[in-house]
Amino acid sequence: MTKTIQLSGVKKFYHVGEQDLAALDGINLEITKGEFSALMGPSGSGKSTLMNILGCLDRPTIGSYRLDGEEVANLSDDELAVTRNRKIGFVFQNFNLLSRISAAENVALPLVYAGIGKKEREERAMYFLEAVGLADRAQHQPNELSGGQRQRVAIARALVNNPHIIMADEPTGNLDTKSTHEIMAIFEKLHDEGRTIILVTHEPEIASCASRQLLVRDGKITRDEGKGVRMDVV
Amino acid sequence: MLFNESVQIALKALFSNKLRSILTMLGIIIGVGAVIAMVSVGMGVRQKVTNSIASLGSNMLIVMPGSANTGGVRSAAGSMVTLKYEDALAIKNKIKNIDYVSPTVSSSYQIVNGNQNWNSTVQGVTPEYMAIRSLKVSTGSFITQNDLTSRNRVAVIGTTVSSNLFGTENPVGQTIRVNSQPYKIIGVLESKGQSSVGQDQDDVVIIPLTTAQERMLGITYVKTINIQVSSQDKMDIVQEDVETLLRQRHHIINGKDDDFNVKNLTSLMQTMTETTTMLTLFLGSIAAISLIVGGIGIMNIMMVSVTERTREIGIRKALGATFKNIMMQFLIESVVIGVIGGLLGIVFGCSASLAIAQFGGFNTVITSAPILISFGFSVGIGLFFGIYPARKAALLDPIEALRYE
Ligand SMILES: Nc1ncnc2c1ncn2[C@@H]1O[C@H](COP(=O)(O)OP(=O)(O)O)[C@@H](O)[C@H]1O
Ligand SMILES: [Mg+2]
Repeated sequence: MTKTIQLSGVKKFYHVGEQDLAALDGINLEITKGEFSALMGPSGSGKSTLMNILGCLDRPTIGSYRLDGEEVANLSDDELAVTRNRKIGFVFQNFNLLSRISAAENVALPLVYAGIGKKEREERAMYFLEAVGLADRAQHQPNELSGGQRQRVAIARALVNNPHIIMADEPTGNLDTKSTHEIMAIFEKLHDEGRTIILVTHEPEIASCASRQLLVRDGKITRDEGKGVRMDVV
Repeated sequence: MLFNESVQIALKALFSNKLRSILTMLGIIIGVGAVIAMVSVGMGVRQKVTNSIASLGSNMLIVMPGSANTGGVRSAAGSMVTLKYEDALAIKNKIKNIDYVSPTVSSSYQIVNGNQNWNSTVQGVTPEYMAIRSLKVSTGSFITQNDLTSRNRVAVIGTTVSSNLFGTENPVGQTIRVNSQPYKIIGVLESKGQSSVGQDQDDVVIIPLTTAQERMLGITYVKTINIQVSSQDKMDIVQEDVETLLRQRHHIINGKDDDFNVKNLTSLMQTMTETTTMLTLFLGSIAAISLIVGGIGIMNIMMVSVTERTREIGIRKALGATFKNIMMQFLIESVVIGVIGGLLGIVFGCSASLAIAQFGGFNTVITSAPILISFGFSVGIGLFFGIYPARKAALLDPIEALRYE
């Protein structure tokens, strides 16, 4: 099976005052294409730091990260930007939508940077808004939408350039139970379509939707269950 | 990313904060407007000066008597009485490349017709005066060679004199009294209107030179000799020839001061053009300082805008915006401020210039050069002062930017 993600000996240090703080302290991790992994762990354990590195928003201080076989450390900032654009779709806890533009324009944003023409952008944005059940809200601005709706817009945006990895950092952290179920249903569907999904969460119930559960503590992975097992196989 | 997209993003950002955008542009608007208005004032002065020199005719040399130098005391220029009608004739006959030579005298007199009177300038001239000053006679005729040799008491009057002394009546054939002597009017000049320095060119009485010298003023000298040279490149040669000839005729030995003075109007014109161009540039560059101040205003607002939109930049970067994409977005925004500000500034500058002409009594001339240059400058300023903030935005670390509150 193809290894989409391979981390070995990854450490990340932050300078805090006089000392170096190890947010990640030797992470070894392989994720297979199509896997649905949940990252759990207490607050401050390094989950977001790990996600940022996996999502090519940040680089490890030491260690190797290979994405689709390519060493990320060797990529320039602009090459990282292109990688994020093509291969990775992000879903954030606080949605991170641009507030001054419509839902449809938000969804189309990655396509702007992919150099795709206006007409195709609009069509694809509508297609994915429909897929998350928000076709009728396309022209609404983010502040006219509920939290659950905003997160569905953000998911449509993460999908619009057809990346094979979806990364979600506590996507349901700001949502009520009903919205949480809707969002998780979408993630399960994406998993069924064969996408690789990495999801950070606090809640065991949500983590149980994933096929693999990883526990992070003090910058290390302390437990790894369900590796390589696809949910539909179970 | 396409250029169009960047422009649209920039316009959207500017429109979403209209008041701030307009205040930012104000610096550029005032700067461009000030450059255009100030340069138009300078160009107006230049036009006025050059027109007044040009109204004396092209390729002109003017000979005037020099200042007397008796006992070490210099009296005012033109006080000498050495320049003669014969000098003018000699210049005309002996020097090549001359079209016309016109000696003149002039004095102010009260002109009387019956119970009407009017103060005007009386010019004593030769027939060539008409050609050299491009005068036209609307009714009647001009002074002739015959009038000159016979010292006839005839006069050609300007329209101002005509209307003040004769109203709507045709004055040709009538008689006026100048210095208690009767002069028969043989012609009326076509109106030339005000000169560029505001002098009424129609307020004039023209009589034969010889009549003026002998019958009116009782003098033997002339006040000026106007010489029209056939072409501009001959000006210097003719000037030298005139000087040599006059020194010879006035018996001035080498080393002594001339008792006359030859002025070259073309070089005077050049000097005046240079001076007024300097003035224009000076006014323009003072105004240009406000353009630079406007540019600093753009930079200031762009810095604020980048800080305010740190999170937006983080989101765009997370979604795949490259350094160039972000750089372009902010650079285009500041260039758009320069472009719109520049366009509004052109409108403002032209209106200001027209208002100065209308209400300030200045002569203003709007030319395309300051409009194009100051517009180009304002776009350039938008670009230049946008680079630093745009670079700052483009260099932001995506994680730090996303975390920004
Ligand atoms: N930019 C930063 N500067 C300094 N310390 C940081 C920075 N980002 C994260 N950390 C620290 O790294 C550790 C891990 O943080 P994070 O990955 O956000 O944890 P989690 O997402 O699991 O709650 C924490 O102790 C946090 O304080
Ligand atoms: Mg976190």
